[in-house]
Amino acid sequence: MDFATFLVQCLNAVQYGLLLFLVASGLTLIFGIMGVINLAHGSFYMAGAYLAFSLAPLFGQHFLPMLLVGVLLSAAFGYLLEWAFFSFLYEREHLQQVLMTYALILVFEELRSMLVGNDVHGVPAPDWLAGTLPLGSLMTYPVYRLFASAACIVVGLALYGVVNHTRLGMMIRAGASNREMVRGLGIDITRLYRIVFAGGVALAALAGMIAAPMSSVYPGMGAHILIICFVVVVIGGIGSIGGALIASLLVGFVDTFGKVFFAELSGIGVYLLMAAVLVWRPEGLMKKGW
Amino acid sequence: MRRWLPWIAALALAALPAVLTPYASDLVVKIVIFAVFALSLELLVGMTGLVSLGHAAFFGIGAYTTLLASPEADGGNLLLLLLAAMAAAALYALFVGALSLRTKGVYFIMVTLAFAQMAYFVFHDTKLGGGSDGIYLNVRPLLGPLDAGNKRHMYYLALAALAATYGLLSLLRRSRFGHALAGIRVNEQRMRAAGFATYRYKLAAFVLAGALAGLAGFLLAVQDGVVNPELMAWHESGAVLLMIILGGLGHLRGAVIGAAAFALLKELYATPALVGDFLAGHWQLTLGITIIAFVALLPKGLIGLLERRP
Repeated sequence: MDFATFLVQCLNAVQYGLLLFLVASGLTLIFGIMGVINLAHGSFYMAGAYLAFSLAPLFGQHFLPMLLVGVLLSAAFGYLLEWAFFSFLYEREHLQQVLMTYALILVFEELRSMLVGNDVHGVPAPDWLAGTLPLGSLMTYPVYRLFASAACIVVGLALYGVVNHTRLGMMIRAGASNREMVRGLGIDITRLYRIVFAGGVALAALAGMIAAPMSSVYPGMGAHILIICFVVVVIGGIGSIGGALIASLLVGFVDTFGKVFFAELSGIGVYLLMAAVLVWRPEGLMKKGW
Repeated sequence: MRRWLPWIAALALAALPAVLTPYASDLVVKIVIFAVFALSLELLVGMTGLVSLGHAAFFGIGAYTTLLASPEADGGNLLLLLLAAMAAAALYALFVGALSLRTKGVYFIMVTLAFAQMAYFVFHDTKLGGGSDGIYLNVRPLLGPLDAGNKRHMYYLALAALAATYGLLSLLRRSRFGHALAGIRVNEQRMRAAGFATYRYKLAAFVLAGALAGLAGFLLAVQDGVVNPELMAWHESGAVLLMIILGGLGHLRGAVIGAAAFALLKELYATPALVGDFLAGHWQLTLGITIIAFVALLPKGLIGLLERRP
């Protein structure tokens, strides 16, 4: 492998890792604060990708406004969903939530099939992001992938800002470390839950929208990313956003370079990584909070 | 009366083939196989308190072992294949259990899921088991006069497996080992303080559950004559977890009732003659909504309906 190929693979690994981070950070927050194992989280990623597919013709070249509208729509959707399906489940066992989110996957998959069908679709990148950059003398790299990485970094920084430097973030951190205490201090936990859930849905959908022009939009795309995100959350430590970031990048590198070196067995690389981390640190790399 | 229910159910099932159409008989065999699978998970979730979301891996490994160990052209030895399937599943369960039992609660759920996915990708991405297309069984296994290719024989084979699994688990529940597992479920700390090596007990339960899931996988492979990686997909792990919660956790009969209810609901919602073409084409939607309704209205599962009101 020459240096330019290596560089391209590194960029791909970082880009994939950052995308995973967007989905996994929502998953880890929803679990860390609400205690809900959200199996339907992958469906929100899928919903985002299909949202991009349906909004793209309306917005044309205005890609950023489209992302904004998509995020707002999905946050509103998440807010309603939490109210309708989760608000009565917190007092029950984890298993009931697993069952509920499993049922939601079935419903979402079928609604998707009724609304947009089962075909594989492509979403074109806007013209101003469609080109490629030369890399060395032979290789090129698509501008859109750089944009995707940059967008994920911006969102990640915004998330960092919100969690560490706002009142809401303070409540989120407190909720992650001790839920009962937060309730005891008189913070409106119902509202906090609803906001966190809406935020998690919006993050997953945003990741789906950003991913849409790079990968095709297809049924079942949610299931794959969900499992990888579980791995990320387990490696990073449940409820830890910083851990999710480190773990996503690790998984991105292992997956990308696994495909280069061991094409056939690349699927199991990340699971071996997880097994190794668990032997070393059964609680994941980082503690709750950051 | 209540005590005799399993016996009555077993007798009724044994008498059923006389009156069933071949299609209905196949459906019952399928339900019986999934009941064995659900019972094996009940040992983990209901009896030991370990929620595994990767149980389909052992089911699939049992099924794959059956086909990979079968001879090309003639029927294999049924007993040997059955033992091989259970042993292979138990072996993988030993590996997964040894690692994942180091974790607790939600971690355990996610880790078992991830290990199941690992098995899924091994069979999906490599040529070991025919890749994503799976492999076919040419001739069904035999044992003396017992021929698994014969529908009637297969029916009683599956039923015997269910009876044996049910019997084994209900004996286990009353044994010292079963009481230790129940103690671990309620308060592991206290059990450890009382001098129990809880890790070993949990690992033993995990391996036994894996072996029983392998038994179910063996039965399914012989019944269907084909296996593919989807048997180990996490949807399958979710479905079997759903069955035992649907039926009611903490009761062996809950697992059987749940397996039957799940299979029948799926069958009902996918039959155009009963629900119309439109809904039958979108059976996942009706099934999903039904499950949501169950979660909202029946926190104790179907078995909660049978319990006497206070």
